[in-house]
Formats: sequence, C-alpha cells, structure tokens
Amino acid sequence: MKPAPKHQRLVLVILAVAALIGAALLAMWGLSDRAAYFRTPQDIAAGRAQVGEPIRLGGMVKQGSIVRQPDGVSIAFVVTDGPADVPVRYRGIVPDLFKEGGGVVAEGRLERGNTFVADTILAKHDERYMPPQMGNIQAERQTRKTVAQ
Amino acid sequence: MIAEAGLAALWLAAALALLQLGAAIAGPRVGDVRAVAVPTAVAQGVLTLFAFAMLIWLFVRTDLSVELVAANSHSMKPFIYRFSGAWGNHEGSMLLWVTVLAVAGAGLALVERRLPPETMRATLGAQAALALGFFGFLLIASNPFARLYPAPAEGQGLNPLLQDPGLAFHPPTLYLGYVGLSVAFSLAVGALITREVGPALARAMRPWVLGAWVLLTLGITAGSYWAYYELGWGGWWFWDPVENASLMPWLAATALLHSVNVLAARGGLRSWTIMLAVVAFSMSMVGTFLVRSGILTSVHSFAVDPERGSFILGLLVLYVGGALALFAARVGTVREGARFELVSREGALVANNLLLTVLLGVVFVGTLYPIFVEAATGDKISVGPPYFNAVSGPITLVLALLLFIGPLLNWRRDRRPNLRRIALPLVVTVLALAATFLADMSLLARLGLAFAAGLAVASLLPLAGRNLRRTPLATWGMVISHLGVAVALAGAASDTAFTRETLAAARPGEVLSVGPWSVRLAGVDPVAGPNWTAVEGHLVATRGGTTIRLDPQSRTFSDPPTETSEAAIRTLFDGQLYTVLGHREGERWQLRLWWKPFVTLIWLGGALIALGGALALVGRWWRGRRQRRSEEAFA
Repeated sequence: MKPAPKHQRLVLVILAVAALIGAALLAMWGLSDRAAYFRTPQDIAAGRAQVGEPIRLGGMVKQGSIVRQPDGVSIAFVVTDGPADVPVRYRGIVPDLFKEGGGVVAEGRLERGNTFVADTILAKHDERYMPPQMGNIQAERQTRKTVAQ
Repeated sequence: MIAEAGLAALWLAAALALLQLGAAIAGPRVGDVRAVAVPTAVAQGVLTLFAFAMLIWLFVRTDLSVELVAANSHSMKPFIYRFSGAWGNHEGSMLLWVTVLAVAGAGLALVERRLPPETMRATLGAQAALALGFFGFLLIASNPFARLYPAPAEGQGLNPLLQDPGLAFHPPTLYLGYVGLSVAFSLAVGALITREVGPALARAMRPWVLGAWVLLTLGITAGSYWAYYELGWGGWWFWDPVENASLMPWLAATALLHSVNVLAARGGLRSWTIMLAVVAFSMSMVGTFLVRSGILTSVHSFAVDPERGSFILGLLVLYVGGALALFAARVGTVREGARFELVSREGALVANNLLLTVLLGVVFVGTLYPIFVEAATGDKISVGPPYFNAVSGPITLVLALLLFIGPLLNWRRDRRPNLRRIALPLVVTVLALAATFLADMSLLARLGLAFAAGLAVASLLPLAGRNLRRTPLATWGMVISHLGVAVALAGAASDTAFTRETLAAARPGEVLSVGPWSVRLAGVDPVAGPNWTAVEGHLVATRGGTTIRLDPQSRTFSDPPTETSEAAIRTLFDGQLYTVLGHREGERWQLRLWWKPFVTLIWLGGALIALGGALALVGRWWRGRRQRRSEEAFA
C-alpha cells in the first residue's frame, strides 16, 4: 500500500498516463457501436448500412409521400435524394418545418426490409440553423454525377 | 456615432493589450509592474465594457444601420429581448467573451497583491497575450459594429427559441465562468515562466477557480433547465456538442478546484495543478472553437464560417501549444511537493482528479470524434446520448462512491481510516438498493438511486461531532456541494427510472392518463402575444383530490417566421407534470405528456453545488481578511 517515497512522483505520472489510456480505450469501446453514421438513401440502396445499427438518414421528404396513421401521432413518409428512396416510420410530434419537399434528418435504425424507423425527426430550419450535413447533400450529388459520367 | 465609439474603444483596448504584453516582455527595465501593466489592464476592462454597453445601446434602439442589429433584431421585439439579443448572435457573444476576458484581467491586476512582482508581471503578460489574440479575432473576423448601407427598413428578428428570459441570464453567467478560467491559465503560465510554482500560487489561483467554477455550475444548471422547458422534448441533457463544450471546462475546473486545495494546504500536486489550469482554459477555448466555427451540428451553431473557425483554431493552437511547450520545458524545475501516502486525503483527491480526467477524456473524444472521422474517411457520423450515457454513467457512479470516504480521510496519511463512520452510508446504500427492486428499472438508474441515498448521508459526515457554529464556512461549502451531487444524482436517476410518457391525439373532452394523472383536454383556443400568435390547449389534470390546469401553446412567430412549442410545466412536491401541444389532426390534437417524479432535484442539486462553492469562496475571503487585519494589528 505504501509506495517508496522516492518514486512517488513517478507513480503519480504512471497513474495519470494509465488514466488517459483508460479513457481512450473506454471511448474507443463506446464509439465502436454507438456512433451514428450519416447516410443518404443512395447509401442505403447501395447496402452501406446494416440492419439495426444507429443511423442518421438525411434527404428530402418526397412529394405526396406523407401518410398519417389513424392513431393521430404516427406517420409514414419517404425520404429521397433523387435516385433512391427509403420508407420511414415515425411515432411522435413532427417539427413544425417538416413538410413534403423539405429537407429532413431522421435519427433511428433500419429494419429488415429496408424500412427506416425514426426515433427523432429534425427538419431543415432556415439557412442559418441548417445542420452542416444537409448543406453537403447537394454538393455530394453533384460530385457523384460527375464521377459517374 | 455609437457604433464608431464602440469600435474605437475596442481598437484602443487592443493597443493597450499590446502595450501590456510588451511591458511584460521588456521586464523591470520599463519600471514597476504596477506602473504599466496594472493601469493598462484596468483600462482594457473599462474600454471593452464601454464597447459592450454601446452594442447593447444599439440593440435597444434597434439601429438598423448596423449590420448585426439588422440581421438579428426587430423593432417590434419586447425590450428584454432587444437587450439580451445583443449577445444572441455570433459577433455579440464574442464581444461578451472578450469583455469578460478583459474584465477578468483588470480584476486580477487590481486584486492580486500576494504574488512576487516578477510572477505578477509574467501573469499579466500572459493575460495580455490572450486578450490580444481575441481582440484580433473580434476586430478582423467578427466586427460587431460593421455598418450596413443602405439601412434596411426592418430587422430580420431573433430566433424565437432565444426569445426567452433564459437568454438574459444563461450566456453571461456561463461566459463569466468560461473565461474566468483564463486567470488560472495566466497564473499558471506566469508561475512557470518565473519558476514560482508553490502554495502562494495556489492561494492566488484558488478564488478565481472557485468563482469561475461557481458561475460555470450555475450557467450549466440554468442552461439545462432552459433547454428542458424551451425545447419541449422532455429531456434535461442532450449531449449536444455545445453542452459538452460547457461541460468539459467544468470537469477540468472541478478537478483543478480539488488539486489547487492540495497545493495550497499541503504543497503537493504542483505540476499536476499547473497542467490542470492550462487544460481548464484550453477546454474553454476548444468549446469556443466548436461553437463559433459551427463545425459540429448544434442548435447553438449560428452559422458555418470556415474563416472564423480557422482563426479561432489558430489562436487555440498558439495558446495551448505555447502553454504546453512551456510546461514541458519547465516541468523539470518544479520542485516535488510534500509526499503523502496512498490512503490519505491527498490520495483520495488524486483518485478524484484521475476519474474526472478520464470523464473529461471520454467526453472530449466523443465530442471531437465526428470531426476526425470525417477528415480521415469522409464518413459523416454523429455521437449522441447512447455513447455518452454508456461511458459517463459508470465513471460518475465510481466518483460518487469515492465521495463516501474521501472527505473523511486525514491529510498526508491515514493509518487507521475511521471505517466505522462510513458504515452508516453503506448501510443506507444497501437498503436503498434493496428498495429499488420494488420497481422495474435499468441497472444504472438502480445504482444511481442507491448511491445518491448513501452519498446524501455520507456528505454530511464531515460535520458529525463538530461544533457546527465553529465549523469553517469552507467546510460547510464542501459539505453542501457534495450533498448537491447526491441531490442531482437522485434527480437524474429518478427521471430515468420513474418517468412516464403518453403520446396521443385527443378530441376536446377526451381524457388521457400519464402515470398517476388523468389529463382532460378541455379545449383549444387561439391566443396572441406581442410578436407571436398561438393556439393554446387547456388541460385539466387530476390525481386523487388534486386538480391542476395547464395551458401548453404552439406559437407562431412572424419575424423570422418560425413556430415553437411552449410546454406547460407544473412543479409539485413530488415531481413535474410536463405537457406539450402538437399539431391538429382533423378534430384531434396531438398531446405529449410526461410525469417526471423528482426531476427538479437535478437543478436543485446543481444550485446546491454552486451554493457550496460560493460559501467556500466567501469563507476563505473572510478568513483571509481577518488574518490580514490581525497581522496589521501586530505590525
């Protein structure tokens, strides 16, 4: 229990380094299966998302796709990025800016059969409050088109 | 003219910061430290306060020829939001940041008289270097006083989420704490430069750390409650990057607060305390970078601006890198402090510091991980509550357990720690744990409730057997802060374990139930406020013989056009009823109801933690004053 006094400083330094390494390991363990990837419908169509892993799905709400369920608090809609569509189910109060043709980020998981079940819906606010990820979708689509050609 | 006066004051203050830095570098050749550095520091404080007052005046008058006012204000806004709107935007909040930095520097120059003149000179030089960089940022990349020509007829308004009394209180408090830590940073740098790391430094640093920590605690607590009632999501902590940006300096300051006591009282943990002082303010700057660059998605990010982001990043690298390089060069000259044994107050405080550092580390990694992943692979990810709860929960519980025994140990060595005294809290913990099995809940909530109960008892033990009237105020402060931890933990665990939620669409007259309550939707009416219109739901909630009315609203603001929901919350002795009105679905209205038993303990605990810190601060100041008086009487 009693460290040799001569080495006390060394012991403290070792403890501090061990604590930092411990923190890094703990963080890596936690991040390995708890970080949510941002995916577009095209990513999901390309099979870049596992069933059950946490995902942030971003895109536009497809025109005419919002279907309100009889319970009054559930909705189904389709998120699109042009070439690909993903059906989404959500139970909750949607944000006020959620509308057909508007930008949306849905947090949740992919179910079997590629239906997305959202826990949270974030709608695109005006330009100033838009998540940076949303700004990139347009640019990304452009790049992909160029690459494809 | 007002805008130009404010801008001129800022330029003048920047020039004075340069002068102060030059005087510090030139050293004793340019005369006594009090002759140059102190007056320039005080003048900077006064000038920035003046500039900040000018900005507030512009906002209150809604002077639309100023770009910032035109972009963020509106003449129809109520007075308090025109006033607090001055810092509800990027430039204004940076001006507030710099004002606090300069005022803290002025306060340090005026108040601190115990440090050797050379250390004082170096410290004020470091503070001036910090101020200079941020003055540069303000003047070059974020001028709050830029004019707009031609002036528009009307402003664009303030984000309605910010139109809340919370805005008047929360950012200034948080910034005072955030930037107050700059003094600890400068003191550490000054002491490293002059190789004067010892108890005198710790005594000079302690009140600043304590004061900044109290304000940070209050700011975070207030911000948490603000988000809780304003966002209408029923949660009190979202692990949003900006929340983390305030939590990280708080964690570092909490560790520093404990280690600075070891240094002041026992002369130990010298280099560690210096390191923490550097880390604490570095975390404040990291937080500022995260928020102001808009690099991470957040409700607080006003705009994505790479130029500003790189400017702050540059300052961050310069200051943190400089301080760490100085630390590396000088750490060998820091004398080793008084030794202690593993089982001792110091030993417990080292454990506390290590755990807080680990907690800080996992929050830091989680917060910045998305940036690294995107830079490395191009993948965009977000790290949220599942990660943070999983890694921080267990560490917090171990920290709470450490609090059972730490305050009871003696300094230096404790050959026979009085284990009988912690028997009582341990028994309480076990009994509480047994009691939690009456209900179904998660393991973390179970342990949280049990530890909170035990800690509530354990935190009071340092008072046991003492004459309460002669117990120093600082000891009372420690006890109350630790009790606050137990109270906040109980609230958080209770919220996790017992919250009941109901989400449904109801016709007027229909009754929903949530937990023990029956809630009837009596009707829905339109209402109007000064700059908004709303639909208001009338709810009648009953439980046993108690009936309460709640009126949640869904508001529509005109400038800028935005809708927000105003939750109706009623606090009862055993919890809060939280109600949100959603959208209309045909004849029905969406309602989201929560019954949250004892949730208010979270913020009560936060307030107690801050109160304890304030008591310790007052107690030490009072004792120091009495000592100086008696010394003068003898002299």
